[in-house]
Amino acid sequence: MLNVEPSSLQRATAQAPHLQEPKVVAKDVSVYYGEKRALFDVSVNIPDRGVMAFIGPSGCGKSTFLRCINRMNDTIPICRVTGKITIENEDIYDPSLDVVQLRARVGMVFQKPNPFPKSIYENVAYGPRIHGLSSSKAELDEIVQKSLERAALWKEVKDRLNDPGTGLSGGQQQRLCIARAVAVNPEVILMDEPCSALDPIATAKIEELIDELKQNFCIIIVTHSMQQAARVSQRTAFFHLGVIVEEGNTEEIFQNPTDKRTQDYITGRFG
Amino acid sequence: MSTPLLAAVVVALGAIGWLLGSWRSKASVGGKVSTLHSRPGYYGAYVLCWTILPAFFLIVLWSAISPMVVSNMVSSRLPQNVQDGVTQARSLTTSAINTIERGLATLSAEDLEKAAQPNTDVKALLLSKGAPLAINPEPYAVNAALFQLQAKRSSQLLLTISAIGLALLCLGFALFQVGPKLRSRNAVERVALAGLFACSMVAILTTLGIVLSMLFESIHFFGIVPIQDFLFGTVWDPRFSAAGSSGEAGGQFGLLPLLWGTLYISFVALLVAVPVGLFSAVYMSEYASGSVRLMTKPLLEILAGIPTIVYGFFALITFGPLLRDLGAHVGLSISATSVLTAGLIMGVMLIPFVSSLSDDIINAVPQSLREGSYGLGATQSETIKRVILPAALPGIVGAILLAASRAIGETMIVVLAAGIAPNLTLNPFEPVTTITVKIVSQLTGDLEFNSPQTLVAFALGLTLFVFTLALNIYALYIVRKYREQYE
Ligand SMILES: Nc1ncnc2c1ncn2[C@@H]1O[C@H](COP(=O)(O)OP(=O)(O)OP(=O)(O)O)[C@@H](O)[C@H]1O
Ligand SMILES: [Mg+2]
Repeated sequence: MLNVEPSSLQRATAQAPHLQEPKVVAKDVSVYYGEKRALFDVSVNIPDRGVMAFIGPSGCGKSTFLRCINRMNDTIPICRVTGKITIENEDIYDPSLDVVQLRARVGMVFQKPNPFPKSIYENVAYGPRIHGLSSSKAELDEIVQKSLERAALWKEVKDRLNDPGTGLSGGQQQRLCIARAVAVNPEVILMDEPCSALDPIATAKIEELIDELKQNFCIIIVTHSMQQAARVSQRTAFFHLGVIVEEGNTEEIFQNPTDKRTQDYITGRFG
Repeated sequence: MSTPLLAAVVVALGAIGWLLGSWRSKASVGGKVSTLHSRPGYYGAYVLCWTILPAFFLIVLWSAISPMVVSNMVSSRLPQNVQDGVTQARSLTTSAINTIERGLATLSAEDLEKAAQPNTDVKALLLSKGAPLAINPEPYAVNAALFQLQAKRSSQLLLTISAIGLALLCLGFALFQVGPKLRSRNAVERVALAGLFACSMVAILTTLGIVLSMLFESIHFFGIVPIQDFLFGTVWDPRFSAAGSSGEAGGQFGLLPLLWGTLYISFVALLVAVPVGLFSAVYMSEYASGSVRLMTKPLLEILAGIPTIVYGFFALITFGPLLRDLGAHVGLSISATSVLTAGLIMGVMLIPFVSSLSDDIINAVPQSLREGSYGLGATQSETIKRVILPAALPGIVGAILLAASRAIGETMIVVLAAGIAPNLTLNPFEPVTTITVKIVSQLTGDLEFNSPQTLVAFALGLTLFVFTLALNIYALYIVRKYREQYE
């Protein structure tokens, strides 16, 4: 099967995250882009303080599902979502829920780094500022520094916080976006292929960060790298053509997949 | 053969060359077209180019040179006293000769021979043939006209023969070259490239020509009126003086009142156009639903399509009096033509300009930035204020500068709505005048182009040009810089 380091597997098992109360619960979620249906009755429980990985071939609906969790699909006029998603038993599609507050609780790191055309400092301070998380400049400085440290970027940028964020390298930009998301203290962090454009060193740094973040957050990561899913996640869901074919503890999915399609995908026979 | 006919013949030869060229290329490989270096059409075009280009070049060159040669020959045959006369007399003689020649040209060969007899009354002869002359021709003029006619006819004959000969020669030469090895495509493409280059040169050279002529006329003007009096003078009073008089007697040409009027009105216009245009762009690109956008965008664009003269008379007939009456109502004396009238109407004219440019610029802000901001829990207005507008700001500034340069160069609205009084005033209710208005008024009527009163128009035009050019360059610089930001 797949060559997974035993140490990371042991760590994953040790936590036994499925025993916890789930943080995010999706029930029969379907998504339509106009006439076209992209997701078919997807149900999944996502544990708190852990990493859940979504894997699956391109176009199978991973990003679509991820974007349902912070209602980012609302920005697409033709997109329609049915079913129920709750975060801590609160229905996020409830009309009385404020989507702005939801998104403050559910941070997102996009597949392509998208720093604002502002300084590095302003990029990170953006969220805390709009949510009024700091009462003084010193406090804000501290939030910025802490967030950058968590994203393993502080050392590289501490002398040029006023340089534009768009001037950083791709990997640095991605970590800046992570710092930006972390700065608002979300409960859930959605990461859509955060390492797809990164070199192995930057990837390793981000994986380290995810490992650290999962102590406090619920992290959902979409990835095309099987190794990465195995390394960072405790639970994995395999998407195929808009449905979750198989979902479970990561080591089980990778070592004893029950479904033939999962087996084929993770051994590289298709997708 | 007349020159247009000759050109048509050459083109016809070219078409034949095309057919022969492509036929020969196919024949040279026995129909296996794929073994040719280029497609047969290129061989045709190759022969076509060779046939017509040298011949056309010859025709153009000949048409440029031959009149000069002929007129030189004619004037050298005139009596010595005429040749030595003053310029005016010489040009009178030349035009007389030309008139006679035109009359003679209508005669048949037989009559022409008759006219060439020493003691024929040419005037009567021409009259009887239906080509009356207004003058009594001197005999030497008749002789010269006859000679000129002959010379022109032989020149045309020579041109016809040599052009067709050249075309045929080159056709044969090119056709001889046609074969599978000939790189006709490359050659034809070079010719096409030269054609494209020539077209772009036309635009550039025209601009250059206009600028240079403006420059020379302005220099001419500054020879009469010192440049510092023009640039820093505060009084505009050009005083139409009698022809031929010059210098101070001609009046004062202070630019400042006009420049002030121009800038003041443009400022008022931008005060209207920038906020309204910008906010409508924000609404259109960020808030409007698809159907609203579909409706309003074309409507705004129609606003941009209204000719400025229409705005002008709307200002003059409706809006100016309305403002005046409104002012009278609240105890303000607003003149019907004023800074306010012109500025407000011009502002309305600029709204679609600003809004459609800003709309494009705001739409060019990547969706990913919006999502990034929403993803952090920002509201839509926070996203617009803190991410989209700052990101689009340089582009928007560029759009505003472009609008400003349009406002400065705008003519029709201010001609009708700003007034003609060159006032240096801060009061927006008073009439002022602008550079463009004064250019129009200096150049309307019957004038000669060597008095400072008319020449000043060139200096004004140059000033305007320098202003708008500087604004445009700066705006383009900013817009370009902004574009690179996302690439
Ligand atoms: N904005 C959209 N409008 C219309 N259809 C869309 C849109 N976004 C996604 N889709 C469709 O939804 C389906 C799922 O797309 P999604 O982006 O979720 O795939 P994915 O699993 O993230 O793929 P990848 O691994 O390539 O990112 C695809 O068939 C896609 O064509
Ligand atoms: Mg995706």
